[in-house]
Amino acid sequence: MNKKPVNMPDHTAVSPLHAQGITVAYHKQPVVQNVSFKLDEGRLVALIGPNGAGKSTLLKAMLGLVPAIRGEVSVYGQPYASQRKRIGYVPQRESVDWDFPTNALDVVLMGTYGRLGWFRRPGRQEREIAIESLSKVGMADYANRQISQLSGGQQQRVFLARALAQQADLYLMDEPFAGVDAATEKAIITLLEQLKQQGKTVLVVHHDLSTVEAYFDDVLLLNRELIAAGPVEMVFNTEMLQRTYGGRLTFLQDSGSMIMTGK
Amino acid sequence: MSSDFWIMLTAALMSASCGLLGCFLILRKMALIGDAISHAVLPGIAIAFLLSGGRDSMAMMIGATALGLIAVFLIQWLQSSGIQSDASIGIIFTALFAVGVILVSLNARNIDLDLDCVLFGEIAYVQWDTWMMNGIDMGPRSVWMLGFALLVILTLLGLFYKQFKITAFDPAMAAACGIPVMLFHYLLMGMVSMTSVASFESVGAILVVGMLVIPAATAYLLTDRLGRMLIYSVIVGVVSSIVGYYTAYILNASIGGSIVTIAGIFFIITFLLSPRHGILFRKLQQKRIASSMTSN
Amino acid sequence: MDMLVYIVNDPNIRWIILGCMLLGLSSGVIGSFMVLQQKSLIGDALAHAALPGICIAFMLLGVKSTAGFLIGALIAGMLATVGIRWITEHSRIKQDAAMGIVLSFFFGIGVLLLTRIQHSGNGGQSGLDKFLFGQAASMMRQDLYLLTGISIVLIAVCILLFKQFKLVSFDRGFAKGLGWPVVWLEQIILLLTVFVVVAGIQAVGVVLMSALLITPAVAARYWTDRLHIMIILAGIFGAVSGAAGTVSSSMVSQLPTGPVTVLAATLIFAISALFAPRRGWLARLWQHRRNRLEWNNKGGVSHEQ
Repeated sequence: MNKKPVNMPDHTAVSPLHAQGITVAYHKQPVVQNVSFKLDEGRLVALIGPNGAGKSTLLKAMLGLVPAIRGEVSVYGQPYASQRKRIGYVPQRESVDWDFPTNALDVVLMGTYGRLGWFRRPGRQEREIAIESLSKVGMADYANRQISQLSGGQQQRVFLARALAQQADLYLMDEPFAGVDAATEKAIITLLEQLKQQGKTVLVVHHDLSTVEAYFDDVLLLNRELIAAGPVEMVFNTEMLQRTYGGRLTFLQDSGSMIMTGK
Repeated sequence: MSSDFWIMLTAALMSASCGLLGCFLILRKMALIGDAISHAVLPGIAIAFLLSGGRDSMAMMIGATALGLIAVFLIQWLQSSGIQSDASIGIIFTALFAVGVILVSLNARNIDLDLDCVLFGEIAYVQWDTWMMNGIDMGPRSVWMLGFALLVILTLLGLFYKQFKITAFDPAMAAACGIPVMLFHYLLMGMVSMTSVASFESVGAILVVGMLVIPAATAYLLTDRLGRMLIYSVIVGVVSSIVGYYTAYILNASIGGSIVTIAGIFFIITFLLSPRHGILFRKLQQKRIASSMTSN
Repeated sequence: MDMLVYIVNDPNIRWIILGCMLLGLSSGVIGSFMVLQQKSLIGDALAHAALPGICIAFMLLGVKSTAGFLIGALIAGMLATVGIRWITEHSRIKQDAAMGIVLSFFFGIGVLLLTRIQHSGNGGQSGLDKFLFGQAASMMRQDLYLLTGISIVLIAVCILLFKQFKLVSFDRGFAKGLGWPVVWLEQIILLLTVFVVVAGIQAVGVVLMSALLITPAVAARYWTDRLHIMIILAGIFGAVSGAAGTVSSSMVSQLPTGPVTVLAATLIFAISALFAPRRGWLARLWQHRRNRLEWNNKGGVSHEQ
């Protein structure tokens, strides 16, 4: 398809993900309104905002999973549809039925389906990729385990391994840290760092404000509209958070950390 | 060839087709859509009957498949307008089935299609209804129709197994990968419609759903792998149809009814005794855990 | 037209029309609660499950007896709902498949028994197959008394327990927190549904009975946001459909009552879905167009009023 020559000099200058004026509305309510931003290559980006701010919806709209009434998305300077194979998507864990009759390795293998095209089946090469992906998230021992017998954190790691098996350049992850154990959280972070070192770009829907500074390079603050976007040290401050979360945020100035209150 | 042979071949082909499709239906939580489709194809059959003026298999296949897809489309349309999925299914399948019943009743004298046959099927007459080509008897028409349906199913599932699997497990991810989720959805629905109409004459409209759901659910309790689930489902379906046929013969009752009843009995046995997911096994396991805790 | 006059003047048919209207009324009322509890298709399972119950009652009694059928169907219906609950609670099979299994299994047994009765050549069996699609004309005076009785009881219970049914349908957990016997209240709704289903089988038949529970209720939902108005409307829609079905099937020979009743209800639903103010398709299409225009003109300003 649109395969770029490897030695093209301005490759890094093209943004991995460029959204322009994305607007999504269900019935009368605008859920996401006129959101525009540009990601830089090789960065870990957090997408944060209160409940109902439209974080997941924005992600899905960019992937074409929910219809946007306006807006455009380009991936590495090309229209989104032509770049699907360069995008890895990690949906929320609750979005699938874990009673599905399959094992962990098989789920990871699904990551290779997009690349395989219409008729090819996953072969030995794909299996190797899948096993390698599983071991990267510390799940190699569970390859043959039925997926319903995995803990929540383990299921999340299987999902991440599946995204790795996609061998994408840009990753979009929907709340990978939601409800996982400490071991999984650590595994995810290690993985994100590795991806970053490989020059990949990762956009993560995130809800834990206390870890944003430690984990991420850039941050997008969303509450239906995009409130701010930029490097963590410039954008992630009291004023911007107040504007994003409204009165729902209290700061514990002493400890320097923040907690959210109310709903 | 003996009549038993043709009847059992018909039943086996029907159960194999239904068993394969049923697995995908229950994994996608669309068992009741399958029920709706098997009712909704009735007007399609009746219209094809009236237009073609006889039992033209091809016209019936096309008419019924079209109606099945229309039903799915209408159900989705109602759901997207905010009606619960159960209610949407209930409204659409009863409406289409009502149209079908009225068409059949009003034309009962003109066409050779009676309501009882449509509902319960008459697998016992399969062998008398043969397909003549150039004056040569090619064997029972039902066998040809069901064979064709099974061939289509095997071809499509064989070619696109990975797509059907991923769209059943994680449609959002499939869509993000660029797999045309809607196309495979409608392909599956089209196959269910086609199988419904092909099975119609042998087991009837209402019992098709039984063969779609019961063997697949039985298989679902026996294995944790999709590939094996498909195989088990076919086996349960075929065995039920053979045992069901002899039961009906002994009881002097409807073959379709007894096939589904036997399949239901297989399900109950599996539900109680399955080594992985049966109630008894689970209870034993719980007891073992409880006793090991007290002994510690 | 003469035909219509004749029908309205025939006391027998007048009775039957009245009976079908009562049936439509009751099923609309109780169907509203079922739809709101997201149990729309339980009615379908109950109706299908009634068939073996009716057949067994017939085999035991040897005659057609409405009271016997009622008891048979009641037991079968309760077994079916217990079966569905058991399967979903004790295995990984989901609700939809559990309903499909129970519904077709019971119906399979029903068909098996029905054909067995027919083949055994029992003289009293004639008309048993009318249960599949309903033949209101075959209703006897005593069936009508029963139907009237059921309707009166049902409506009285719904009025008495309106508050309870409403909360149970809307927020089960909260009702439980109030200390209400939620399970019992749900069982009462289910029991009333079984009554209506059994009474309705004679008029509209096993296969299509669920339409009388679902379609008028969903149609009524389009016109109002208030529960009591929705229930009254659903009752009226059901009654109108019942009358339309009976009149047309007694005018045209060979036309079973059930399908016509269902189509009348579907027509009312279609009109509601298309033309109801605010919730109807046309109203929403218009609203959507206007939203989109505003968005494009103003470039997206908040529209909350």
